[in-house]
Order: sequence, then structure tokens, then C-alpha cells
Amino acid sequence: MTPSRALPGNGQYQLPGLGTWTVSQLTDHIKELLEFDAELQDVWLEGEVSNLTQSTAGHVYFTLKDTSAALNCVMWRSAAGRLGWLPRQGDAVVAHGRVSVYPARGVYQLYVDQLRPAGLGDLHAQFEELRDRLRAEGLFDTERKRPCPPFPRVLGVVTSPHAAALRDVLNVLRRRYPLAQVLLAPALVQGEQAPAQIVSALQVLDARDDVDVILLVRGGGSLEELWAFNDERVARAIAACRHPIISGVGHETDFTITDFVADLRAPTPSAAAELAVPDRDELQQRIQAWAGQLESTMNRFQRQAREALLQQQRALQRLSPQARIDTDRQRVDELVRRGGRALAHALSLHRSGVAGFHARLVALSPDATLRRGYAIVRQANSRDVVRSVQQVQRGDRLAIQVQDGEFSAVTRVEP
Amino acid sequence: MNDLEKLTFEEAFRELEVTVQQLEEGDLPLEQAISLYEWGMRLAQHCSDVLDAAELRVQELGTRDG
Repeated sequence: MTPSRALPGNGQYQLPGLGTWTVSQLTDHIKELLEFDAELQDVWLEGEVSNLTQSTAGHVYFTLKDTSAALNCVMWRSAAGRLGWLPRQGDAVVAHGRVSVYPARGVYQLYVDQLRPAGLGDLHAQFEELRDRLRAEGLFDTERKRPCPPFPRVLGVVTSPHAAALRDVLNVLRRRYPLAQVLLAPALVQGEQAPAQIVSALQVLDARDDVDVILLVRGGGSLEELWAFNDERVARAIAACRHPIISGVGHETDFTITDFVADLRAPTPSAAAELAVPDRDELQQRIQAWAGQLESTMNRFQRQAREALLQQQRALQRLSPQARIDTDRQRVDELVRRGGRALAHALSLHRSGVAGFHARLVALSPDATLRRGYAIVRQANSRDVVRSVQQVQRGDRLAIQVQDGEFSAVTRVEP
Repeated sequence: MNDLEKLTFEEAFRELEVTVQQLEEGDLPLEQAISLYEWGMRLAQHCSDVLDAAELRVQELGTRDG
């Protein structure tokens, strides 16, 4: 017992009434009693498996029972992973582990670290020996795993041609990716001849260049029925293949050596087919999404191009000679207007000039002189103005013009 | 571009993906964008048709053993 534990009464057990335990204290106490017992910490226990479940975290819970008793068992994920297989309902197994308490539920249980089928001790030992040896050789190394092609064109399938496993695989392929071509290399998947046939089928497929990936599948069965998939020849044939191999053997909980060596492990034949190919519906969705992206990108492009064009048009309008033509026209208009004004001005100047001339003309005309009393004398016939006596002889008829008219005269004397 | 029929589904599918990227990322002249767009739409139609029309082919090989 650890001294850190706080029991009432300084670690001394007390009579009821003198001190009261909490549930935790009592449970811890029981837990320590069990864990203190060396025999309970190293137990081999045989029983029948029931109520087996595996949590999403990978821990395995089950009950071991015989005709009159039952015991809760827990196997942590690490132990379950090391194991490489899981028992099923009704399997007789031998478990190794330690007994302890799960305080939250107040139950005691076996914490299992090893598990092997009861009565199959020999096979199981072989399995573990081969598994450890091949693992040590590096056959299970992740660096060895070949990637599976995302769009396989030819899938090799190794299985029994009449089994449900093949039907499952073909159904999945038909539904998900019917573009693929299936090459079936038939092989017995159970019995003494199975390993040799599986190896041969693998080699036939692997020799072909057109094969992209190989599925090695078989439906569920007992450990003996699945034994061909724990055969060293099969394991080495898988490791030797140049094409990637997907294994799908048995049910969820079945693990075989094949699963360890294969490039990809699927829990069932159907799951192997699903891992091998993409899904048609998802592909269609992606294609549609891409087509949508093309459309929207193109629309964006067109919109941008249209905007750019509009801008160019505006720029062009700014730079176009039309603008200059417009200004020039305006200038011409103005010139015309100014010209008009100038002309009018000139005209009016002229007009007033004319009036001045007229006044001067009037001033210069003989009328004004006549009005002052002068007269103009002309020869009546020739209408010549008489400016000198030399121009007149006796008896000439003369026309005398005065301000308001003309009268005639005749010269009477010799000038 | 009459090589559409020669492409495998995978090639056409990847070409479509690349075309979409090019169109989205590229600062392309309009003519080039239009021809990329048309090529992409043809690829999309082709891929979709191929997926729709496909039928699984199954062939059983003779074994040497057995």
C-alpha cells in the first residue's frame, strides 16, 4: 500500500460508525488489494468470447466466460494491434493479462496483453513466428508499400471464381468504376493447394504489363479456413510483385500475414474493391464542379473584357479627331459671328461715309450757287457752257439757267 | 483538337483539372481563354460521357496450376 493514500484513521481499518469511507476510497483500496497480488498480475485464462466490441479508438472489449462465470476483459489498442487478429463471438481463447479494477464502474476486469485461440495453439504459434520473422526481415515496412494508381485501367483479381467474395468485388467495381477491366486469375483460397494456386495466380497477373493493381480477396472464415493467407510462400509472392497488391481477406477483425505484406489492407473483399478504384458519382460531381468553374471563370473574363473595351472606347473618344472637329467648328462659328459683326460694322462705316459724300456732293453742286443768284449760260443748241465773250456772236440763242428753271435769250449787240 | 478520343479517362480527367487551373490562374488574352474554355467543356463532356457509358469488362484467365 502506498503511504500517500488518505484512509480515515491513519490507515487503520475502522469499525462502522467510527469513520466513513467514500466510494472512491473503498474502490481504490480494493484495487490495491488486487494489484498487490502477484498471481493476479500474471494470469493465463481460458474461456469463451462473447460481447466483443471495438471502440473507434481501437480498444477491444469482450467477456470471457465458462459455464458458470463471466469476466470483463479489456485489450488496449496497442495490444490489439500487435495481435494482428481478433476473436469472434463463441471463440475459445486463452488470454494473458492482469486483473484490476475499473473504478468508474466498480468492476474488476482482465487487462489482456496476449490472446491466442484455445486448441489452435500450434497454428497460432506458427502465425506469430512467421509474422515476427517477416517483420524483422522488413517485409511489412511502410517504405516497401507501393502506391496504388488512382485510376486503374486493369485490375487483377485473385480469388475463387465461385465465391461470394468475387461477386462482392465485381458489384462494387460495377457501381463505382465500370471503366476498369477485370482480369480474374482463379485460385483455390482454402485447403492444401490454395497457397500454391494463389502464388501462381499472383505471378500470372504480375507478369502482365497491362495490370495496374491486384486484389487478393477471400470472404470470412475460421482461422484454419483463412490459413492459406498466412502461408510464407504467399507472403513472399506478394512481396515479390511489382504491381501493388490490395488484400481483402475475411471480416473486419480477421488479420492475416497477407494483410501485413500487402501494399494496402482492406477489411473485406468489398472494401478492397472500394480502395482500388475511385467512385463514379464523386468523379461526376468533380467534373460538374469543374465545368461550373470553367463557366464562371469565362463569364468573369467576358465581363472584364467588356469593361476593358468600354474603357478603351472612352479613351478613344477622348482622343478622337471628332473632338477637334467639334472645337474647330465652334471656332469657325465664332469667326463667322465675328466676321459678321465686322462686316456689319464696315457696312455701317461705309454707309455713314456715303452720307458724308452726299453732303459734300450737295455742297459742291451748282444748285447752291444758283440759289445765291448766279446763273449758268449755255449755247441753246450745243448746250455748251459759255465761259467767255469769245464764245458768243450776235444773234446766238442762249439758254440761261437759274435756281428754279431756265429761260432763253438772244444776243443783240456785237460783243 | 481531335485527340480527345485518344485520351484515356485519366488523361482527360487530369487535362480537365489542369485546364480549369490554367483558365482560373492565367492572365490570358481573351482568344486563348475562349479556346481553353471550349477545350475544358469538351473534356468535361467527354469524361462525363465515358463514365456514363462504361460497362465493366471481366475476363477469366486460364491458370497454369490447379
